[in-house]
Amino acid sequence: MGQTLSEKILSQKSGVEAKAKDIVIAPLDLVFVQDTTGPLTIKQFQESNFKSVAVPEKCAIFLDHATPSPSLELSNDHLLLRHFADETGCFISEVGEGVCHQIVAENFANPGDIIVGADSHTVTTGALAAFATGMGSSDVAIALALGKTWFRVPETFQILLTGNFPEKVGAKDLVLYLIGKIGADGANYKALEFGGETISSMSLSQRLTIANMAIEAGAKVGLFPSDEVTLTYLQSQGRGHKYKPLQPDTNATYEKIIPINVNQLEPMVALPHSVDNVAPVHQLKNTKVHQVFIGTCTNGRLEDLAIVAEILKNKKVHPKTRLLVTPASRNVLKQALKAGYIQTLIEAGAVLLPPGCAACLGLHQGVLGDEEVCLSTSNRNFKGRMGNPKAYIYLASPAIAAATALTGKITDPREIP
Amino acid sequence: MKLKGKVHKFGANIDTDVIIPARYLNLSEATELAKHCMEGINPQFISRVKPRDIIVATTNFGCGSSREHAPLAIKACGISCIIAKSFARIFFRNAINIGLPLLECDEAAEGTETGDIVEIDLAIGEIKNLTKNKIFVAKPYPDFMRELISSGGLIEYTKRKLKREA
Repeated sequence: MGQTLSEKILSQKSGVEAKAKDIVIAPLDLVFVQDTTGPLTIKQFQESNFKSVAVPEKCAIFLDHATPSPSLELSNDHLLLRHFADETGCFISEVGEGVCHQIVAENFANPGDIIVGADSHTVTTGALAAFATGMGSSDVAIALALGKTWFRVPETFQILLTGNFPEKVGAKDLVLYLIGKIGADGANYKALEFGGETISSMSLSQRLTIANMAIEAGAKVGLFPSDEVTLTYLQSQGRGHKYKPLQPDTNATYEKIIPINVNQLEPMVALPHSVDNVAPVHQLKNTKVHQVFIGTCTNGRLEDLAIVAEILKNKKVHPKTRLLVTPASRNVLKQALKAGYIQTLIEAGAVLLPPGCAACLGLHQGVLGDEEVCLSTSNRNFKGRMGNPKAYIYLASPAIAAATALTGKITDPREIP
Repeated sequence: MKLKGKVHKFGANIDTDVIIPARYLNLSEATELAKHCMEGINPQFISRVKPRDIIVATTNFGCGSSREHAPLAIKACGISCIIAKSFARIFFRNAINIGLPLLECDEAAEGTETGDIVEIDLAIGEIKNLTKNKIFVAKPYPDFMRELISSGGLIEYTKRKLKREA
């Protein structure tokens, strides 16, 4: 019987033939926590009387959600996490290194891996054909200690992509369109698997953007097959030898096939307070924006900053709008500096923040005021997400974000000369 | 296990950011988290909720972040069970893992309002709305999940299991 990507990876790792709906136990290639979920994970770990992690080199702790720390409470959480890393030998990613999912892509995830993180956007590295999924602190505590966990093999929706992206339309517009179409729970418990002729021309950065938001439709994973693009990326990160080809079987069973012709896509925006509340950008033209936030595990990569720099070059951010920019990792920041993008952004009036999650989840660096409007390249616009339930968050691509920063209202990037 | 309490009704897509905003995540004591439960969507909730009360919601309850603080906050403010049309995947696993029972039942979600008194028999998945005099049936749990909940959650369950294996 033909297998989907999920069935293939879970079969290879568990050693049994895994079919949708089966429960399998599989060893894990990476287990990680970050600084908001980590302290609770450690508490659960200690309450279970565990003393050591199963495989220290497969365990990681990321300080990214509130870095540098804005409060003594969070500083003490960071101390707790550093201490745990020292005691157990887990890898620790320090303040300023960047967002966990970006670093997992850069340094850890390989095709066919199984990755579990105490963070819902762990799905991001499905872009590298890794079965990567988010879990809560108790599950991750046990996973750290035992090096394995159980999975229910998900049924799969295949997203079949055809055509070429129009100018200034890309991965973010596609994934917002998809979530708008199937709904915030449209893929609850399911795997999303991307296929079709379009994907071979999609960069790894674009794939990461799409896989990252699979969770916003409720999906357990957002998987891309591995191919030349994956191989080239792994080689660029010094992990070419970790590449293996991974494709679904042509006779795999899908619960649903959703075809999308990307030729037809327009720049898209998600309106407050739900990610599936989407509309084409032209319907929101006069919406005034106080803060534009560019960055995060969704859209804080070099390609994203290149798009932004191109739009902002020799222009100025609107005087009544703040533009915050956060590269997703130190690596991205270094490359963006070298390419001159940072210089362009600073000259245009952007505020540069250190690599990390920054304003995304309302802990620091850009908390919104009452009735303020933010247009963000992140992945969630829930009420209160950016620290204030009286504020409004719109989600969009880096191109829309850059165009909006120039005009002070939501703007179609195709209209910027 | 039988549960009985007053209903607090919510709608669709109740996300973990409204259940417990990120700025409280450094509170790992459940009783402290409970003080801010549902603050983002209904600031009065915490002054109205009583021990053993029940949350009823429609679809995709608990969507968003993987923060286990969300079910912990709900459990610590006294809620004994959540009934919804559907739960987001991570929330479902987290709630069961900390020993907070969840039931999926479309009819109960539709036929129940805030203030109704509901009695639940978890073993058979029976939901009795005593105020409206109606009975609904949710799918009962598989045995291992019932054992997990009655142990008080995954941590206690794993401890017991590992002890048995040793």
